[in-house]
Amino acid sequence: MAEKTYAGVSVGINEEGYMTDASQWTKEVGAAIANDEGIELTDKHYELIEFVRTKVENDETLTIRGIGKSGIVDAKEFYKMFPGAPLKKATKISGVPKPSSCI
Amino acid sequence: MEKVEKQPLKKILLICSKASIEDVYAALVMGNGAVMEGIETKLFFTFFGLDAITKKTMNKLHTATTGNPGMRMPGGLPFPTMLGGLPGVEAGVSAMMRKQMDDLDIPPVDEFLELITAGGGEIYACKLAMDMFKLTKEDLHDEVNDVITVGELYEMCDGPGTQIVFT
Repeated sequence: MAEKTYAGVSVGINEEGYMTDASQWTKEVGAAIANDEGIELTDKHYELIEFVRTKVENDETLTIRGIGKSGIVDAKEFYKMFPGAPLKKATKISGVPKPSSCI
Repeated sequence: MEKVEKQPLKKILLICSKASIEDVYAALVMGNGAVMEGIETKLFFTFFGLDAITKKTMNKLHTATTGNPGMRMPGGLPFPTMLGGLPGVEAGVSAMMRKQMDDLDIPPVDEFLELITAGGGEIYACKLAMDMFKLTKEDLHDEVNDVITVGELYEMCDGPGTQIVFT
């Protein structure tokens, strides 16, 4: 397992850059990972990150459809906030494992 | 050993020509999956596949209960072909299948199209098939970008890292 320092905190990451221990995550760590991905986090991003982390904590499946129905953003905004591969980026920044969902 | 550089998939075009639940969803799931990965995605619907983007039919797709060797009874027992031909059986089985997909958070067809276009995916209808089935753009779902010819379709497939998949 590799270690990487984000915002002065050393966190465990896997070979794809996903944090291996979600409890090591802080807002500052999230912002530093986002910076690596070329994203500047806004309040809306943090609201979504909170949603993503809660979902994962409760062992619920994370889908773009589910995020679109979260009441925070719709799917279109979600794609804009995390350009490219939104679900992968959002989970990486949220410090949770890469999603295993197909939809 | 010579090192081969990996060429990532950049653009995908999925062609759907059939109207059964499994054929349409194969195209939708793969298309949506590509959009989720940040791959430029275009879906092209032709022949009976047009049912998937026609307002009147899109959320009432069926799966074949006759001539479908994969068909099983709930519990895994064989599904007699004779039974599949009885009135209402196909509609019932299809409704059950749609219900099961809904339980897995797989959206209905219209919502799936909206999800794909929300991520920048594009939906096209085949002009020739539209003429054949006497359909107009007004019959199609709002998320359909355009009605195009085969030539226009190939023009969209330029660039390295592009693949065409016929489902």
